[in-house]
Amino acid sequence: MPSPKPAAKQSSAFRAPTFELVHHRLANGLRVVLAPDPSAPVVGISVLYDVGFRSEPEGRTGFAHLFEHLMFQGSANLEKLEHFRYVQASGGLFNGSTHLDYTNYFEALPSNAFERGLFLEADRMRSPRITEENMANQISVVKEEIRVNVLNRPYGGFPWLVLPPVLFDTFPNAHNGYGGFEDLQNATVPDAAAFFDSYYAPANAVLCVAGDFRAEQGIELIEQHFGGIRRRKKPVRPDFAEPELSQQRREVVTDALAPMPALAIGYRVPDPGADLHTYLATLLLAEILSDGDASRLQRSLVQAQRLVIDVGAYLGTFGDPLEERDPSRLNITAHYSDQASTDRVIAAIDAELDRVATLGTEPGELDRVRTKLAATVFRELDQVLNRSLEFAKFELLFGNAALILELPGLLAEVTDADVRAAAARLTPAGRAIVELIPGASR
Amino acid sequence: MSPQAAATRHRVAKQLPVPGLTKPARPKRITTAERVLDSGLRVVAVRRPTVPMVEVRLRVPFLSGKAHHLTRSTLLSDTVLTGTERYDRNGLAIALGELGGDISVGLDADRLLLSASAISARLPALLAIMADVLTSASYPGGEVAGERERLVERITLAHSQPSVIANEALGRRMAPNHPYGTSLPDISDVEDTTAVQLRALHSNLVRPRGALLVIVGDIVPARVLDTVAKALSGWTGNQVHIKALSAPVPSRGPLVLLDRPGSVQTSLRFGGAALRREDPGYPALQLANLAFGGMFSSRWVENIREDKGYTYSPRSSLDHATLGSTFSASADVATEVTAPALVETLYELGRISSLPITEAELELVRQYAIGTMSLSISTQAGLASTLSGLLGGGLSVEWLAEHRERLGAVTIADVAEASAKFLAPSKIVAVAVGDAAQVAGPLSGILDVEVTSGTA
Repeated sequence: MPSPKPAAKQSSAFRAPTFELVHHRLANGLRVVLAPDPSAPVVGISVLYDVGFRSEPEGRTGFAHLFEHLMFQGSANLEKLEHFRYVQASGGLFNGSTHLDYTNYFEALPSNAFERGLFLEADRMRSPRITEENMANQISVVKEEIRVNVLNRPYGGFPWLVLPPVLFDTFPNAHNGYGGFEDLQNATVPDAAAFFDSYYAPANAVLCVAGDFRAEQGIELIEQHFGGIRRRKKPVRPDFAEPELSQQRREVVTDALAPMPALAIGYRVPDPGADLHTYLATLLLAEILSDGDASRLQRSLVQAQRLVIDVGAYLGTFGDPLEERDPSRLNITAHYSDQASTDRVIAAIDAELDRVATLGTEPGELDRVRTKLAATVFRELDQVLNRSLEFAKFELLFGNAALILELPGLLAEVTDADVRAAAARLTPAGRAIVELIPGASR
Repeated sequence: MSPQAAATRHRVAKQLPVPGLTKPARPKRITTAERVLDSGLRVVAVRRPTVPMVEVRLRVPFLSGKAHHLTRSTLLSDTVLTGTERYDRNGLAIALGELGGDISVGLDADRLLLSASAISARLPALLAIMADVLTSASYPGGEVAGERERLVERITLAHSQPSVIANEALGRRMAPNHPYGTSLPDISDVEDTTAVQLRALHSNLVRPRGALLVIVGDIVPARVLDTVAKALSGWTGNQVHIKALSAPVPSRGPLVLLDRPGSVQTSLRFGGAALRREDPGYPALQLANLAFGGMFSSRWVENIREDKGYTYSPRSSLDHATLGSTFSASADVATEVTAPALVETLYELGRISSLPITEAELELVRQYAIGTMSLSISTQAGLASTLSGLLGGGLSVEWLAEHRERLGAVTIADVAEASAKFLAPSKIVAVAVGDAAQVAGPLSGILDVEVTSGTA
C-alpha cells in the first residue's frame, strides 16, 4: 500500500485533522478502538458486527435486517422498550442499520452517560431477549418498513434491490436484502438464536468509542462491561467472489407507481481490500462523472443534451464507497421522461466514459475532486457519532481504523493514468443494465 | 480457548444493574462575534476548530403572498448558481470545488437559505464566490429553460410520492390559500416563468438588509467579520416592500381521505396549532409533544409500533415558522389496520390531553430535550444551522442556555395544561392517503370522512 503522504499542493490548502486512536483487544476477541477527544461533552459508541445481508441463509432473505431489529427488543438485563428509554432518558440518540457486509448499533450520548451506553451495548452482545412475541411484532414493523420504502412508493428499492440479481449470480450477492414477506414470516426464534451464536460473537465485532473520556478510563470500563461476555469462535467468512461477466446483461422491471422511466447500470469493480489504490481510482472516476454541476455526466446529459432529469454515479449499495468488501459495484442511475430515449442515455454515458478513458482528466479536475472528497471526510469526522462509526467500519473491513485519516494522502497518489484505466475497465461486456418501465399515468 | 469449553460456560448471568449517570458536564458557552454591516447584513461568527472546515449559512427572508411567488422562488433557487458576471455554471462549480467547497440552496415559505462549506483556509475565496452570486447572478436564458423543464419533471415525480401527496393534503388543511400550505408549484405556472422574472425577483428580494449570515468553523471570528465586510461590500440595498401576511387559519372539518387505489399503506397525517418558541408555555408543549410521539420512547410510538406493529416510523413534531408554530404527526400504516391505527392515535391524543403524564415520563422527555439540544450543536454544521434558525426566527444565542433552565422548571401540571390546549383530539385536523375502497368504510366508523380524488 502506498504511504499516506499528501501531495504538496493539498497540504498547502489544509491540514488534516488528527485524532488519537488507541487500540485494545479483549480476551474474548472483541476489538476495541478508542478515539478520545474532549472538545465537546458528548460520546459516540458504535458496535459493528461482521455480518450483513450478504451472509444470511437461503430461505431467510431479510434475516440480517430483521435480526438487527430484534437486538433492540431487550437483553439479558433489560426488558423490552428499556434500551430505548435508557438511551433517551440520558439525553441520547440511538439507531442501527444493516449493510451488505456488516450491521451496526450506535448511540450518541452526553458524556455523563458513557458507562451506561457501554452497558447497554454489552448487555445485548451478551444475550438479546428474543421471544415469539417480539419476533412477531418486529416482523410486522419490518413489513411496514418495506412497504413505506419499497412497495408503496415509486422507485422504491431502485436500484439497490433490482440491480444485484442481474449483475450477480450467487444467492449471497444477488438476493433481496430487505427480504421477501414469506421468508420474513417463516423466521423463527431458533433461527435467531443460531444466527446470534455464530455471527454475534465478540470476536466477530468491533467496538469504537469516540468523544469526551480518557483512554485508560475507557479501557477499564470496556473490560468491566464486555470482558465477561463468553468467547465464541469467529465465523469464517466465505469467499463471495464471482467470475467477471463476459457479456452485457440487460433486463426490464415494471414499476406500477412510477410516472417516468429510469435506468440503472451496474459494473463490477476492483476489490478494495486487495487493491485499494485501483479501487480509489474508480472512486475518483465516480466523482468526476457525477459530483456537482461541473461533473462529466451532469454537464453532458443534464445540461448540454437535456436527456435526463438527474444522473448519478456511486460505489457500493447505499452510496458509501468504502463500506463493502469484494464483490462490490459501481452504479450509474438516471431518471428521464421519454422511454424511447433509453438507448441514447446509455450511449451518452458510454461516450463520457470513453472520453475519460481516451483523453483522461482535464487540468485541475483530479485535484479538485480529491479536495472535495477530503473535505467530505473532514465534515463527516466532525460529528462524534460518525467518527465512532467510521473508525469502527474501517477497523472491521480493512483492519485499520486510521485508514479514513489516510484517505486524502492515498487519493493524492492516484494519477490521471489510473483514472483513465478505471474508466477503460467499465466496458459494456462487464455490466448489467436494468431499465425501469413506468406503470403509472403522469 | 476452544469453542466447546466456551459453550459449557454459557449460563444466564445474574441480574446486573444499569449504570447511573455521572455528573453532567457543564455546557460550554457559545461565544459569538457579531456585526451589522453598513448594508444592513447581520453577521455572526463562532470559532469551532474541531476540523479544518468552515460552515456558512446565509438566510434571506423570502415570505410573500404575491401570485407566482412560490413558482418563481423555486425556479430562482434552482438557477441562482448557474451563472454570474464572472462565472458560467461550470466555472462556478469548478471554483467551489477547488476550495473543497459547496453551496446548496434551500427554500421554504419563510426564507431562501444558502448553505456553504469549504476548507476553512479558503473562506475568503468562498465569500468572494458568494458575493459574486449575490450581486451578479445572471439567470442565463438557456439555463433557466433547462431547469424549468427539469422542475416540471421533478414536480411530476413528487406528485407520485405518497408522502408528498399526504403532506400537501395536510398543508391545504392547515394553511388553505396561504404560502405555508404548499411547497410544490403548479406545473403550468412553471412553464410560464421567464429569466426576466427571476432577475426581477433576485433584485427585489436578495438584499442584505434583514438577511443573516452565520459562519462557524476553524476561524478567528473577529478577523472573519472584517473579511466578510470586505468580501460583501458590493452587496447592498433593501428588499422591496412586501405586504405583511397574517398567519394561516386551518380549515376544520372531517378527516379528508385522498383516494389512492391499490395503496398497500395509508399515510396518516395530523396537524394542529402550537406555541412559538418565545412563549412561556412553549417548554411544556415541547415536552408534551415528546411524550406523545416526538421521540422513540413516546406513547404513540410504543403503542402503534412496538406493541401493535402497525407502522415503521410514526413521529410527531413541532415546527416553527415566521408567522406561527404548528404541531404535526405522521404515520404510514398497513392498509388493513388503518382504522385501528387511527383509534390508537386518537386514544393517545385523548389520554395525554386528559390525564397527567407520570414523573418518570417527565424526566425522560426533559433529559431527552436537553441532551439532544447539546448533540445538535456539537458539530460545526449543526451549530451553524441551529444558530441560523434561532437568530433568523428572532431569538438570541442565549435562548439555548436559557431554554435548558426553562425545560428544567417544567412541571407535570404544565405539561397537562399544554396538552389539553393543543393535543386534544378536538383540536386536530386529519388527512389520509390510501385505498378508499378498503379504508373509507372503517375510517367512517370513527370520524366523519370526506373522500376526494387523489389527484388533487
